[in-house]
Amino acid sequence: MEFRSDLGRVRGLGSTWMGVHHFWMQRLTGIALIPLIIWFVFAATSLAGADLATLKEWVGRHYNPVLLSLLIIAIYHHGQLGLQVVIEDYVHNEAVKTTTIILIKLGAFLLAASTVFAVLRLTFGS
Amino acid sequence: MAHPNRPLSPHLSIYRPQITSVLSITHRATGVALTFGALLLTYWITSATYGAETFASAQALLGSWFGRLVLLGVVFSLWFHFANGIRHLAWDAGCGLDIPTVNRTGWAVIAISLVLTLITFMAAYGAVGGN
Repeated sequence: MEFRSDLGRVRGLGSTWMGVHHFWMQRLTGIALIPLIIWFVFAATSLAGADLATLKEWVGRHYNPVLLSLLIIAIYHHGQLGLQVVIEDYVHNEAVKTTTIILIKLGAFLLAASTVFAVLRLTFGS
Repeated sequence: MAHPNRPLSPHLSIYRPQITSVLSITHRATGVALTFGALLLTYWITSATYGAETFASAQALLGSWFGRLVLLGVVFSLWFHFANGIRHLAWDAGCGLDIPTVNRTGWAVIAISLVLTLITFMAAYGAVGGN
């Protein structure tokens, strides 16, 4: 039984598992975000209008820097996977599509790393 | 390869909006909106590394009427995407795929996200704390 279409075979396009990987990581990060979001919203509502000392005290407390870092990584990973699909659905110019997806993915890396670094600075001072 | 004159299947403009299709596009729209929410989170946390004054002005901006209006949109998007995301995970597991259940869980998602948004805002700005 041949599962690949004739067109797919002619173009040399086979399964690279990328589609499954995307699907799987989107679900995995989504599941991770369920408890992290509940935890964060609960904490963030108590920090409305707080001053810097209060924020630093909360960020550095116990496992908070770890959970906060995981939240940031999961949010940006999940977000860039979602935006990728939106771009793939609506942008049909190959060059624009690829460039936009590259920018989104690199931007997500930059923002996630910057935000985690900010958490570390708030935790360890300076 | 192109067949410009071939008939197209009925598209969005033909169909009456249904709870299924409306929630589907809302899930995508709230997801895109939450990208902005992620940027706000980054702004909030990184502003604190620039010192007490910068953080205080970030807090003032987020706490202003305009800031709260934006946060209202972000928080509703968050809870909608949260609840509907769990609905999607249930579908991935093969649960709740029949039409009556899909409609019921759809309305439940709307109710839950509205209630959670209200609770979140009351917790942040209500009598309990904050301001």
